Amino acid sequence: MTTAAQEFLRWATEKSADLKHRRILRKNIDHYDHSLLKILPTYSNYEVARERSATIRHDAVEHLDQYLLQFEAKIQERGGHVFWAETAEEARAYVVSLARERGVKRIVKSKSMVTEEIHLTPALEKIGCRVWETDLGEWIVQLRNEPPYHIVAPAMHLSRVEIAELFREKLGGITSDDPKELVEAARLALRGAFFSAEMGISGANFLVADAGLVAITTNEGNGRLCTTLPKIHVVVTGIEKVIAHLSDLAVLWPTLTTAATGRMLATYKTMIGGPRGPDEVDGPEEFHVVLLDNGRSELLADTEQRDVLRCIRCAACLNVCPVYQQVGGHAYGTTYQGPIGSVLTPHLRGPEFDHLSYASSLCGKCTSVCPVKIDLHHHLLQNRRNTVRKGRRPLSERMAFRGWRWLMMGSGRYAWLSKLGLRAIRVLSGMGANPLKKWTEYRAAPEFPEKSFREMWRDGDV
Amino acid sequence: MLPRIALFIPCFVDQMCPQVGVDMVRVLRRIGCEVFFPEKQTCCGQPAFNTGYWEDARVVAERFLRVFDKAEAVVGPSGSCVAMVRKFYPELLPSPSGLTKFYEFSEFLTNVARIEDVGAAFAHRVTLHDSCHALRELGVHDGPRQLLKRVRGLELVEMDHADDCCGFGGTFSVKFGMISAAMGDTKTENAAATGAEFVTSVDPSCLMHLDGVLRKKKSPMQAVHLASILAREARA
Repeated sequence: MTTAAQEFLRWATEKSADLKHRRILRKNIDHYDHSLLKILPTYSNYEVARERSATIRHDAVEHLDQYLLQFEAKIQERGGHVFWAETAEEARAYVVSLARERGVKRIVKSKSMVTEEIHLTPALEKIGCRVWETDLGEWIVQLRNEPPYHIVAPAMHLSRVEIAELFREKLGGITSDDPKELVEAARLALRGAFFSAEMGISGANFLVADAGLVAITTNEGNGRLCTTLPKIHVVVTGIEKVIAHLSDLAVLWPTLTTAATGRMLATYKTMIGGPRGPDEVDGPEEFHVVLLDNGRSELLADTEQRDVLRCIRCAACLNVCPVYQQVGGHAYGTTYQGPIGSVLTPHLRGPEFDHLSYASSLCGKCTSVCPVKIDLHHHLLQNRRNTVRKGRRPLSERMAFRGWRWLMMGSGRYAWLSKLGLRAIRVLSGMGANPLKKWTEYRAAPEFPEKSFREMWRDGDV
Repeated sequence: MLPRIALFIPCFVDQMCPQVGVDMVRVLRRIGCEVFFPEKQTCCGQPAFNTGYWEDARVVAERFLRVFDKAEAVVGPSGSCVAMVRKFYPELLPSPSGLTKFYEFSEFLTNVARIEDVGAAFAHRVTLHDSCHALRELGVHDGPRQLLKRVRGLELVEMDHADDCCGFGGTFSVKFGMISAAMGDTKTENAAATGAEFVTSVDPSCLMHLDGVLRKKKSPMQAVHLASILAREARA
């Protein structure tokens, strides 16, 4: 069996050398960059919006228990059900047994990374349900039997031509790769699903505590169809999505949408507080909210790193990440990719994903764009430090740094042994060995100077 | 009156590219600074810190600060190593003092000495790579550009995504060599697209990596440190 770390290296090796892949990602990210460049000047001060978003989310994380209970009480007052799932398995079991008890056969889903995290769709398919992803990108990757490539843009790795080919194969009747035709074909195919589904499953962008509302925003309107048409609506989301006040959305919605898509606001903003009321004309008959913990409480208990829970899943950090741009989303082997995935996954899924904390050059571009100001690259450093503290690094590396420390604690031994080391490299290279193999595999060997700076200084050459 | 400057020559500049240090000294002296080299210095601790070995990094960092204890101003030719001291020591050490006297070379010229024209000449087309640590940890962006624009004969051309990482990242460059190289490839492509003959930066580690990538693909473009450009004296 291969480990997650070996899988990552295998993917990284393949994708790093795949120039077509690099071009497609670059093109899609350029598109996002251009939108962003146009929208940012429309803010009087985007930095202030980030600052306020960070404060709102910081407050939410600090008072998570209080706000969640407030939210729960409101939902229950209106006849909705709230289920607290400690693990992915509990969350899955709740939705599966609900579907089974109600005789559900057809399910429409709007975008939800938490349902990816708990692998909900395969569990529902196992009991005979047919599940449609209705976000266009999600549906495309579902047709390809793939997990999402990106938190916000699940089909970012595909060109229009590839999508047209996929539709031609799966739906038939496609004559071009004109986006209009492709979208129309998707609309037709999904329309039937919306009207026949007995259950709709959605995620949540935010859970509003004081108003007791689930807030969802989409560009395609599929979210509203999923949450309104079927008899049963199930929201599956993480406990960290709660915020204190309805008025917070006035800041968070534009900031989220801007960071996620480079637009000011998405087309549809839906707020739901429970099942259809007695004098209401639409909405589901049954309303359930599944609040998933799955490791989040443990992160909450960590005062140093709990601000990672502020994340609003905008994926801005993925778009700017040079590592993501080279290896792409599937390489991570995680639900959440890119910098936030590398920070979060070792916490949620344990030491098997330690390697992701190291798969970064610590360039910090992620931190510079995060709309809720999570210090992402510092968290990578803290993850690394924790890995070392817990004794999870190889002995050879531990010994190497012990040796490094000894070397650097005396300038005499440092100067003398560095010289000896470089000479050894030169001699070995001269004998045909390659002591710098890990470096020269991808680069030309560096040229070594005759004298070090300190020797030049001492000799009066400076 | 300019302060007497203690030279911070990062360990790999000392061992791998001492000329960068020599060129920095040449520029500093030309603008009228007196410099000295505290020979007891070794490493700032960054390799251990970045790999997660904070206990090992801490003792080396404490020693490092002791070496520069008496200095009034410390200048080093590496944004990354100066960022380690100024930005990351507060995370590593309980209550470090005197960190603000550490300057990255271009920062010292533009912000402390307040000089942009250092009397250099370099008749070439040059593009600048923003080093991540200099840019995002120290806020160095305009300074190197202003310095380059005042070099006689030099034409500064901006590349696309100048602020994207070059791919070095310390041990990342060997732990994940394939990703590091792909990042270097992207960077050098953006640099080459400007038609520049030289790519420059305030970080010798970025340049060592880019130099390796460029020579591996037999590109005519050369990587050169900002100090080495500024050291080329204009003849009156």
